[in-house]
Amino acid sequence: MTGRGLVVALPYLWLLMFFVVPFVIVLKISFSDVDLAIPPYKPLLEWVGKNSLAIKLNFNNYAFLFTDSLYLRAFWNSIRVAFISTLLCLAIGYPMAYGIARARPALRNVLLLLVILPFWTSLLLRVYAWIGLFKANGVINNILLSLGLIHEPLTMLFTPFAMYVGIVYSYLPFLILPLYANLEKMDWQLLEAAEDLGCRPWQAFYKITLPLSRNGILAGCMLVFIPTVGEFVIPVLLGGPNALMIGRVLWDEFFSNRAWPVASAVAILLLILLVPFMMWYQNVQARESAGAR
Amino acid sequence: MNYRSSFFVVTCLAFGFAFLYIPILSMIVFSFNASKLVTVWDGANSPTLKWYYALLHNEEILDAAWISLRVAVINATGSVILGTLAGFGLARFSQFRGRFTLNAMTTAPLVMPEVITGLSLLLLFVAMEQLIGWPAGRGITTMTIAHMTFSMAYVTVVVNSRMASFDIALEEAAMDLGARPLKVFFVITLPIIFPAVLSGWLLAFTLSWDDLVISSFTSGPGSSTLPMVVFSKVRLGVSPEINVLATLTLGVVTAIIVCVSVWMARRPKLD
Amino acid sequence: MTTSAGSVVKAQPWNDPSARPYVQIERISKAFGDFKAVDDVSLKIYKGEIFCLLGASGCGKTTLLRMLGGFETPTSGRIFIDGEDMTDVPPYERPVNMMFQSYALFPHMDVEHNVAFGLKQDRIARAEIQERVATMLDLVKMTDFAKRKPHQLSGGQRQRVALARSLVKRPKLLLLDEPLGALDKKLREHTQFELISLQDKLGVTFIVVTHDQEEAMTLASRIGVMNHGEIVQAGTPSEIYEFPGSKFVADFVGSVNMFEGKLIEDEPEYVRIHSAEMGGTIYVSHGISAPPEATVWAAVRPEKIFMSTTAPEGSTDNLVRGAVQDIAYLGDLSIYLVKLPTGKIVRVTQPNTSRHAEAISWEQQVYLSWDATSPVVVTR
Repeated sequence: MTGRGLVVALPYLWLLMFFVVPFVIVLKISFSDVDLAIPPYKPLLEWVGKNSLAIKLNFNNYAFLFTDSLYLRAFWNSIRVAFISTLLCLAIGYPMAYGIARARPALRNVLLLLVILPFWTSLLLRVYAWIGLFKANGVINNILLSLGLIHEPLTMLFTPFAMYVGIVYSYLPFLILPLYANLEKMDWQLLEAAEDLGCRPWQAFYKITLPLSRNGILAGCMLVFIPTVGEFVIPVLLGGPNALMIGRVLWDEFFSNRAWPVASAVAILLLILLVPFMMWYQNVQARESAGAR
Repeated sequence: MNYRSSFFVVTCLAFGFAFLYIPILSMIVFSFNASKLVTVWDGANSPTLKWYYALLHNEEILDAAWISLRVAVINATGSVILGTLAGFGLARFSQFRGRFTLNAMTTAPLVMPEVITGLSLLLLFVAMEQLIGWPAGRGITTMTIAHMTFSMAYVTVVVNSRMASFDIALEEAAMDLGARPLKVFFVITLPIIFPAVLSGWLLAFTLSWDDLVISSFTSGPGSSTLPMVVFSKVRLGVSPEINVLATLTLGVVTAIIVCVSVWMARRPKLD
Repeated sequence: MTTSAGSVVKAQPWNDPSARPYVQIERISKAFGDFKAVDDVSLKIYKGEIFCLLGASGCGKTTLLRMLGGFETPTSGRIFIDGEDMTDVPPYERPVNMMFQSYALFPHMDVEHNVAFGLKQDRIARAEIQERVATMLDLVKMTDFAKRKPHQLSGGQRQRVALARSLVKRPKLLLLDEPLGALDKKLREHTQFELISLQDKLGVTFIVVTHDQEEAMTLASRIGVMNHGEIVQAGTPSEIYEFPGSKFVADFVGSVNMFEGKLIEDEPEYVRIHSAEMGGTIYVSHGISAPPEATVWAAVRPEKIFMSTTAPEGSTDNLVRGAVQDIAYLGDLSIYLVKLPTGKIVRVTQPNTSRHAEAISWEQQVYLSWDATSPVVVTR
């Protein structure tokens, strides 16, 4: 049925061209030399003589990344921050998702709307809001000072604390929504059956709800963890100059240092790091939809 | 079903929503603050609308907003077409060559860090310019292509999940009555999944409108989007005009979402 | 000239070798990977029949129906409708219409537009469409609901619209997938007779898929019993019920008592079977074809067994004693489970014809007997 072929061909070719091919190019450039030219890298293939083509693969860029501790620290820090943020999001988001899933249908829609609303407003603006709250003469400090609870403004901006708050704040809806979608499909009569058989509410939650919501938890966590590893905006605006995150490092290499090959190498390494998690995510999604069928 | 929730859950919900909304509310409140310091409340002169006037006459911001709007509209429309095709194909055609790849390509952008996507697209455009001369420099075209690439993944997910709950018997019945597959799609399937397609359009629009990182990589001179302008201002500190922008944005988004939700709730449940 | 199912049953074209089948299914198979959903099925269906495919879920009946509709392509075999090879023809080009189990009414169109949809695809003139739709709606008694949307209709009303929609194109063949499954008992009975009357008026050939044997028995001119993708027996309801060809069919349609035994006398006009299970002999007044010393089963229907508290006179064949173990009172009839000395439980049904009949109670010793014409002997 060629009709079918045409339907999927268009998106397929588009994504192949504009999503997959670029990665190949990034890979290629990660092996080239820096050049003071536009674009700032030397070509990979060069004609040497009349009939031979030389491919020069410069592994220096990768070597550089592994020897300079800055990059290794940045990778490690990014993973650490993403991991902690994911746990925080889970701690706050799971009860919320659970509460919404168990609410009356009319209330449920309103609550969902309230969760989705911040998601539809600009991330940038919402992160900006925290600047206003955290800075030395910001809202929180002003209130605390005027109440006499503190005598000097607290340093909140440009600290790891501010960065975590910013990340959790921005990514919380990403955890709540897939988790809610999973919990909503749950058969609550299972809990009633468990209680009927002598299970206490907390036990029932632990033994029944939690395992059944496993796919939702994993999906939500992946949606927080993976992008956070490469997060850029929040570390810059709330974390301050000392917040060493790999997304920011990539940006600086590219825009400030004009070191395109190094930036590409960073991107490739970041990609390699994240691909297993992405595959895990896709696996979870496949299992969830297979279960639903 | 028993609708009671434990005290613990209710408290968590309350704190969670407070956490989500206090920053937003603080921005709204301080958009009416006369003081240029934004967070120091100037009781004598506030509340005031002076920053609202200032924003609406700020050329830089208005130009950027206009560029963002154009990119977002074209992006949303293009993404919806590509995403609906992909979502429909993945849902209905259980086997075709390249299915695994298409599935992977439409889920990866959802989780991929934007710095990677942005960098890779810019390098593509540079390479293409060297090779075939198009696109000549970066600007609105390259930004739109970049936005469409990641937005369509979101639309695919929305459409795919809508199709999962769509009764295939409706399509079979239409074919049984004499309609060819293409006609069935436009006369039966599309009208019924329209709310999902619409929310896909809105989603793509929002993603494009708010995007910073990918836009920064793929834009060119003279094509700064609103988020890019906001970012450069915000790096320097707080600014009252940004508070106004936030308030206006929230107002518009709330109005649209409430209207769409009410409209969708009024519609009879189609399948 | 319409051919109603009633007249078809009278004419019995399936027994006439020169009669031309309207639908010919020739060695159709459908495999999904390793699983054979339909296995080498051949059937001849005649014009004006209501043919029921009867079987449990997973037996392949729906797959067979879908192949007739064009929604699945057979792995092998051919399908002929009115003489034309339709095997590879897509559903939108077949003169066949289907009534789906979920009705599949288009939710965004009103009743009128739903019914008119098929006619619009054929580019028929607007005036003619309006006329035919009106006639059809009148026939299914839904004229007053023409402007309503499906979600505003009850289950039974939706079904009538679905029926109207699938019949308005005057198809050569109408396929019905579990048409009465979603209706409650009273509505089901009423609709069964309505379906028959509709078919009678329009003369369309029906092929119905159902797992409900009562439904099949009521509607069908002929039934095809399916199991594991094969047609195990095809025949009129009474043939299937009174002359099952296998243990499966005997047990599937209605309830039955199976007595396993060995042939002790095998003559052309009668056979005598000794059944250890029963603890006696069964005399059947017709011959069977079976190898000597074969194990056979005698199937006796519960309603054909006489139950009395005193021993009947006559031969000792077709007679056992037992104790009533259980009684189920169903109003119009009662079901008795009688335990024989061998341990076997025999099911007997008796209509409650009289209010003051001698009430048989639990633990009572009774004599069970049946006519020599009642048992059916099956060899597999």
